[in-house]
Amino acid sequence: MKVGLFIPCYIDQFYPQVGIATLSLLEKLGCDVVYPQGQTCCGQPMANSGFEHLTHGCNELFVNHFENFDYIVAPSGSCVLHIKDHLHVDGKEQAATHIRQRIYELAEFLTDVLKVDNLKAKFPHKVGVHQACHGQRGLGLAQMSELVAAPFSKPQQLLNMVEGLELIELKRADECCGFGGTFCVFEEAVSVKMGKDRIADHVNNGAEYITGNDVSCLMHLEGILRRQKSNVKVLHIAEILNSI
Amino acid sequence: MEHQHKEHALLAEDFNANEPRVNWHDETLWWIRQKRDKIAWSIPEWEELREAASRIKHNVLGNLHDYLLEFERKAQENGAIVHWAADAAEHNKIVLQLLQEQGVKRMVKSKSMLTEECHLNPYLDEHGIEVIDTDLGERIVQLAKEPPSHIVLPCIHKKKEEIGELFHEHLGTPAGNADPKFLTAAARQHLRKEFIQSRVAITGVNFAVAETGEMVVCTNEGNADMGAHLADVHIACMGIEKIIPQRKHLGVFLRLLARSATGQPITTYSSHFRSPKAGQQLHIVLVDNGRSRQLGREDFRNSLKCIRCGACMNTCPVYRRSGGHSYHNAIAGPIGAILAPNLDMKEYADLPFASTLCGSCSNVCPVKIDIHQQLYKWRQVITQEGYAKKTKAAGMHAMNIVLSKPGIYKTAGGVGRWVMRTFPAVVNNGMNPWFKQREMPAPPKQSFADWYKKNRPE
Repeated sequence: MKVGLFIPCYIDQFYPQVGIATLSLLEKLGCDVVYPQGQTCCGQPMANSGFEHLTHGCNELFVNHFENFDYIVAPSGSCVLHIKDHLHVDGKEQAATHIRQRIYELAEFLTDVLKVDNLKAKFPHKVGVHQACHGQRGLGLAQMSELVAAPFSKPQQLLNMVEGLELIELKRADECCGFGGTFCVFEEAVSVKMGKDRIADHVNNGAEYITGNDVSCLMHLEGILRRQKSNVKVLHIAEILNSI
Repeated sequence: MEHQHKEHALLAEDFNANEPRVNWHDETLWWIRQKRDKIAWSIPEWEELREAASRIKHNVLGNLHDYLLEFERKAQENGAIVHWAADAAEHNKIVLQLLQEQGVKRMVKSKSMLTEECHLNPYLDEHGIEVIDTDLGERIVQLAKEPPSHIVLPCIHKKKEEIGELFHEHLGTPAGNADPKFLTAAARQHLRKEFIQSRVAITGVNFAVAETGEMVVCTNEGNADMGAHLADVHIACMGIEKIIPQRKHLGVFLRLLARSATGQPITTYSSHFRSPKAGQQLHIVLVDNGRSRQLGREDFRNSLKCIRCGACMNTCPVYRRSGGHSYHNAIAGPIGAILAPNLDMKEYADLPFASTLCGSCSNVCPVKIDIHQQLYKWRQVITQEGYAKKTKAAGMHAMNIVLSKPGIYKTAGGVGRWVMRTFPAVVNNGMNPWFKQREMPAPPKQSFADWYKKNRPE
């Protein structure tokens, strides 16, 4: 199984450890992983700001880098959702369609494609899960509190395999953290207030770590935590699943 | 494009100046969201019910012309007088004329978001007619000279102490009394006088049944009934999308409306108005005001399915923390943000951006409007039509150049991180909205791409 590793731009630049953990985890699970050099961004920052018409360059790059893989995996629900919903390239529609159908967020790739049922990971800490909206409501990684339907959560299914890890319960299981792409700067006041409220929920319920499937949300929460000089840390789910 | 008034982000920033109040507003609306969840879970077929409602409205929107004519015919057979208004101005003119024919200077009106949308109250005021809003929440904001901040809970932004002060000033209740029961009783006394004296009553319409020509008005206070039954003339104002095909469909919508809105099984009053009683006139004003234009916008047509329950506001994490007035539109929140640009794209260009696109709104919507997807699509339309700010457009073009050229991206990333490590003040300053209340991420020496090259050589 040939897996193309997509490391979104801000993870590449600011959170290389998340990329390393993702790669190492996939390799441990027996995947033949390649990171195509020269990849940049899915185009979402522009598209969500109303400039989808500027994303041709990003789309073309993406198709060129990833058209020849069986699967494409990324440690970001939001970027994966953007590709699934919006990747189109004139004259390369077949390749784009292949990618849209074969791109997976890391956790769902582990549960749905690799069908992982045990992990040799150890993380003896109290952990709160931040359900990032695009992964949850967009990709369906977990049940949504608004719907009358049976509960499930792919990230929690994986975290439950980690030795010593204790998941904490939140008062609001799946409220948005307020990152929202360029929303975090254009609507700074509300964005930060939403982030502070999410953090308070985790802290009040005893979290030592906040984890999630989207580094963008975690980057926002980390920025607030560090400003508050909090001891609570953020970690991407790949870093926990890859810890020994 | 710059606007006359403040945009959502700035109005929201003002709202956030008082954090305890934001917490209170957020908790109050979240409590209603939880009530909604609880009662939705008591109905095992909840999701099927939403699907049924969505499909009935789909059928209505596809056959609106025929249903409207059917409704008009039946309503006329029932003895009602039907008026058609192309826009807000026509609607207001029709209502004014009816009031002038009756020679009234003062009249009662129960809740109608349509009349808010048409700015009927100030229009009538200019023509010397005073409107008394009879919904308690609406009366409160009216006394405060404010617009409603929520379509179902018009004064949700007001604390009971503030309402006590307003009533003391306007209704003569004792100073410092903020007991909700006492204040409600005082409002009742005050409104009863208005009901008895009013010869004309305006109501909104929740559902208009094409099959029978009847209208259903839902209230918790019975104020629509009090007004309409006591007056000589009942004027019912409705948007043309309020149609449902048959009476039996109320079995779907009435089950969804109050549960979604407030977590009640049903509104206290679901009143059917069909024929005027002897000696009374019943007028129905059917208002388009941009609705047929929205119907023609394929991507946004479904927004007309809205039954005005307000669930999307209660669940919206942005609405709860920015307040209804930050949307500077009669209808606030996520649904307001997809309806308003159709009315005036320039004026409301900021609203589709007042969202993180979290998608919670679409999930609670009882008629399954794809609200967050429409927000995304409005952003594209607004940009294409030239209503994006020039500074933002310049930023996006620069971003595109960096992200679509791997060489520039690599260099810019490396240089950027080096600058951040060496001269942190370049980004850690007051010009950077991220840094105002958040630390910047710590810039690592090497990117993932650099690491990969070293650690996984070809």
